[in-house]
Amino acid sequence: MIRNKKLWVSAGALVLFQVPVVGASFFAPYDPAAQNRDVPSSPPTSVHFADWRGRFHLRPFVCRWVGDTNSSGFPSSHEDCSKTSSLRFFVHNQTAYNRQVLKSSRHLFGTDGTEKLFLLGTDEYGRDQFSRLLYGGQTSLGAGFLATGLSLGLGLVFGCIAGYLGSWVDDVVMRTAELFMALPWIYLLFMVRAFLPLNLEARQAFLLLIGVIGITGWARPSRLIRGVVLSVKERAYVLAARGFGVSHVSLIRRHILPEAYSVVLTQSALLIPQYILAEVTFSFLGLGVGEPQPSWGNMLANLQSYYVLKAHWWMFSPGLVLLPVFFLFYSLADSLQRRVQIIDLVN
Amino acid sequence: MRTGWLTEATRVISAVAKRLARTLFMIFAVSVLAFIMTDMAPGKYLEEIKLNPQISPNTLAALRAEYGLDRPLAVRYLFWLSSAARGEFGFSFAYNCPVWPLLRVRAENSLILTVTAMLLSWALAIPIGILAATHAGRWQDRASAVSTTFLLATPDVLVGLALLAFALHTRWFPTGGMHTLTNEMELFPRAQDFARHLFLPAAALTAGMLPTLIRHVRSSMLDVLNSPFIAAARGHGIPAGRILLRHVLPAAANPLISLLGVSVGTLLSGSLLIEVIMSWPGVGPLLLQAVLERDVYIVIAAIMFSTLFLITGNLTADALLYMADPRIRTDQP
Repeated sequence: MIRNKKLWVSAGALVLFQVPVVGASFFAPYDPAAQNRDVPSSPPTSVHFADWRGRFHLRPFVCRWVGDTNSSGFPSSHEDCSKTSSLRFFVHNQTAYNRQVLKSSRHLFGTDGTEKLFLLGTDEYGRDQFSRLLYGGQTSLGAGFLATGLSLGLGLVFGCIAGYLGSWVDDVVMRTAELFMALPWIYLLFMVRAFLPLNLEARQAFLLLIGVIGITGWARPSRLIRGVVLSVKERAYVLAARGFGVSHVSLIRRHILPEAYSVVLTQSALLIPQYILAEVTFSFLGLGVGEPQPSWGNMLANLQSYYVLKAHWWMFSPGLVLLPVFFLFYSLADSLQRRVQIIDLVN
Repeated sequence: MRTGWLTEATRVISAVAKRLARTLFMIFAVSVLAFIMTDMAPGKYLEEIKLNPQISPNTLAALRAEYGLDRPLAVRYLFWLSSAARGEFGFSFAYNCPVWPLLRVRAENSLILTVTAMLLSWALAIPIGILAATHAGRWQDRASAVSTTFLLATPDVLVGLALLAFALHTRWFPTGGMHTLTNEMELFPRAQDFARHLFLPAAALTAGMLPTLIRHVRSSMLDVLNSPFIAAARGHGIPAGRILLRHVLPAAANPLISLLGVSVGTLLSGSLLIEVIMSWPGVGPLLLQAVLERDVYIVIAAIMFSTLFLITGNLTADALLYMADPRIRTDQP
């Protein structure tokens, strides 16, 4: 089916997108926290084939960057091609950064000399923006995935309890869910975040943020799952299984939950981008993951300063990288929804 | 109907009363929830002051007693309720004044922004959605589909920052605030100045709302356009424009009115961020500052304001639905 092709293409593209992020320690050339104070805010390094004498080199090289200040007193930098380093693949260098998913001392690309290749330029501390982008993806995408897992897990538990037990339990759970849905979403996040400690170590902040996002998001999935449970509960095969004396837990697990599978799948495709955005927003506002751990949100926060916003266009990269991610997630959710509708029509 | 307007009126009144009671309960529940959370919170406003060696423990204790922070939660909640009844909604530690005057100004600014954005986005979404639906499958439809997908995938943060960078480069628009800081201005230039300040934040919010609205307008229009009664109307030779305005639009209005209510929530959430990025003096920056300073009563009041605004949006949508759809008037209480 054509719809399925779209589904698999977007799912595959998403997986491909995760590869450099998960394997950041291999794909990123440098340590995301390592500062090169001599080249702050330098634009993407240009790669040369011809040297200053006009001789052509088969192996591309980069020139040295010299930092200075421009006429208005802001840091700037220029190229000095009297000193160069060639580009190489699979270079070996150790990074000291310890918050990595997979560790690797070999990197996909790099240079053989002291001159560095900054694919997306550097920030104001001279940190390699490309490496920060990949490592920041671990934070932002990771927060999205984990928070979705948490809120769907809570949604499953409460949805099952409410739908299966019914009566007053159902009432209590659903009224609470309504209360959570009555608040505008970001305000709700703010409310919970407001009452939690502010100055946190990056890893704690990351876990806290996942907790806050995941817990505040339980209401909608649990309502949907409750609906599924309610309709499945009365089906003949479930009643039959109950008649045979199957226990409540295994009745839910074996006969009811499999029906909620498609809802969970569609919801996760919708929730993950929303939660990635929540992490980005919160870190952008300074309420989420802080320096020195990179996240797409706190990298974007650099743009809040006048000079960066005006002149350092390469600092937009963490925002621009969100575009394909969101696009793929939405098209995945779209095709999943269509698929569910088709299945419903067939049944 | 023979039963007369009296039964009808009582039914409406009882429905309205029911909704109002639920709204009140909801707001009450939100305030209780917020209070319980403040109590569980590890950071307090006075804790941060404690780090200052110039403030003695005695002063701290006096401050604590003055603000009533030494009382148990229930007592503090009652205090807060009475101050809410006086129209103060608690006391801001950082600004050293009641919350309501602070919040009112900010809420007005936020309302100006969100209402403008809402009008703007609906004014754009309805014609574009209708165009896409009537030209389904042709280039107009495809162009709108591509641009809505693009906008949908663009996060609010990026829209805000991009517009800000645009304003910086072109210098066509101011990059923050609501007014230029000169008080000597005629009414007309003043309004013009205000509109120039309003434009960018409103445009950013509109860009965030548009894709969802256009999609919904298009799909609900398509649903009606494909129904038999429209084919019948066409068969009778009624002109296309008249069919569109008199037959399709009213029939397609219902889901859109419900969407209007829902979109208030999205708009509020989006406006918070855009206000901070574009430094629009609305509730957003106030709330962010209050969160960072642990000014709990401002946080509680801002959240209650947002809840109230959202519920008002939903109630308005329901009232509009009631007026627009005769089925709702007769079927449901």
